[in-house]
Amino acid sequence: MADIAFLLLIFFLAATTMDSDTGLLRQLPEIPDPNVPQDVNQINDRNILEVKVNKDNLLLVEGELTEFSQLRDITGRFIINADNLPNMPEKEIVNLPYFGDVPVSKAVISLQNDIGTKYGVYIAVQNELIAARAKLRDDLAKQEFGIAYERLDEDRKGAVDDFYKVPISEAEPKRIGEK
Amino acid sequence: MARFVKTGKKSVKAISTSSLPDIVFMILFFFMAVTTMRETDVMVTVRIPDATEGKILEKKSLASFIYIGEPLEALQTLYGTEPKIQLNDTFKEIADIQDFIAQEREQLNEADKTKMLVVLKIDRDTRMGVVTDVKQALRRASALKIMYANTNVDQLTLHQ
Repeated sequence: MADIAFLLLIFFLAATTMDSDTGLLRQLPEIPDPNVPQDVNQINDRNILEVKVNKDNLLLVEGELTEFSQLRDITGRFIINADNLPNMPEKEIVNLPYFGDVPVSKAVISLQNDIGTKYGVYIAVQNELIAARAKLRDDLAKQEFGIAYERLDEDRKGAVDDFYKVPISEAEPKRIGEK
Repeated sequence: MARFVKTGKKSVKAISTSSLPDIVFMILFFFMAVTTMRETDVMVTVRIPDATEGKILEKKSLASFIYIGEPLEALQTLYGTEPKIQLNDTFKEIADIQDFIAQEREQLNEADKTKMLVVLKIDRDTRMGVVTDVKQALRRASALKIMYANTNVDQLTLHQ
């Protein structure tokens, strides 16, 4: 009996894996239909945070060379725009459940990369952007509901998500660096 | 020469093994419960990048995997050292992704087709050119939910 059980055990040890996969969930934009006229309402330039990683894996935020460690703070400050500066995102009064009429930032983050950028750096940058947004959502959840974002129910989560929507756009890659 | 003489009774009795099958079965069931079947043999070197914000892949049955990286050393004589795309058990080209997605989608039942997720397991040193091509191919195949596989760490250090 024990021999058979050992045999099965060894089979399972060899044929299975235990690792659980983790990863950054992203939603790709749909391919625009060429027959449908494109949306003429371009996003206002002040609403876009342009993040670029060049071929030397250096980070440029709004065209300026930036330290990787600062990206999270810069992104957070950009989204909030606490002082309502004219070169930072506009706010729109939106009625949200649980919050009522609140000014919601219209910020969009545009992430671009060179053809020669290392994937690891690209993911690190993307991670920072997601982390910046996640931190704002978490802060809001704590301030409004007194508990961490992760522990909110689906409705409240949805409301917090709508407050800081901040799409991270990967749309239409420009093939910079291609000959 | 002294002879070995047994003196008195043997003081230690053999341990009973009658409960051994139970124990082994217990371990067996544990492994059956917590592990999943290995589905593909990965033929490329994939050192997944680090990140802090990774979410756990909940439903593995909805996921299809795309591996990108240098072929394993044993395969380099045949396939070279340029990063290759692996779908299922073979190396494929960008143009094959659309078929692969259609095939994978076919295997899911009707209700789950919209929830299909493509997990990209890409080596951290891969250049973005090929990654962008794959992403565009996925968009054309309208597989829009993707996951960049990473290993979760507490603190991120950047290897430039």
